Amino acid sequence: MPKEQKVGCARPTGGVVGEAPPADSGEKTAPAKQEVKPMVQVGKKAPDFTAPCYYQGKFASVQLSEYLGKWVVLCFYPGDFTFV
Amino acid sequence: MSVDSMFVHKMWVDHELSKMVTSGTVPFPMLSDGGGTVGQVFGVYDADGGVDVRGRFIIDPDGVIQGYEVLTPPVGRNVAESLRQIAAFQLVRESKGTQATPSGWRPGKKVLTPGEGLVGNVWKEWKVGEAFD
Repeated sequence: MPKEQKVGCARPTGGVVGEAPPADSGEKTAPAKQEVKPMVQVGKKAPDFTAPCYYQGKFASVQLSEYLGKWVVLCFYPGDFTFV
Repeated sequence: MSVDSMFVHKMWVDHELSKMVTSGTVPFPMLSDGGGTVGQVFGVYDADGGVDVRGRFIIDPDGVIQGYEVLTPPVGRNVAESLRQIAAFQLVRESKGTQATPSGWRPGKKVLTPGEGLVGNVWKEWKVGEAFD
């Protein structure tokens, strides 16, 4: 499912999985730098995001909502070359 | 997913992980969260350290978060417990919510059927020792 893509940055879409993110309010601005409110609660939809990835020898990009229909384990860890 | 770039992910696979797994590569996408923006919305970004802490989220086929666990960096996870939880959530989903897994449940062990009959009668169906075996 991950699609090969140019190098980019991870960013939350601003919406939850399976729903279109809220429409932009006009001008194109850089991704907001102000604090982001966590939007995570069990029983509620996960926040959607796109992120660059390394997968089986290739650089690619994934979006969480591409995995709708499958079970997903999303793991965060402090850094490469540490134990997970 | 960590704040490392995908280039560092590649180096980690090439120089270390490939020596730890028999397949020689990692079977899932290794995501990069530069700046921790995704970690922030999931509530696992430590701005002081500039890293995502150990957060593990189980997300069902509808995109709903069924469970999560967040640990500070020095303590690693228990993968077997994550697999047990996934099996439990899958069982509940398959039963369309008619079954529930009590404390200590593992695949193959007894499940509970919530309803009027179970109220006040869990002690007959489930023993405290089962939470620990």
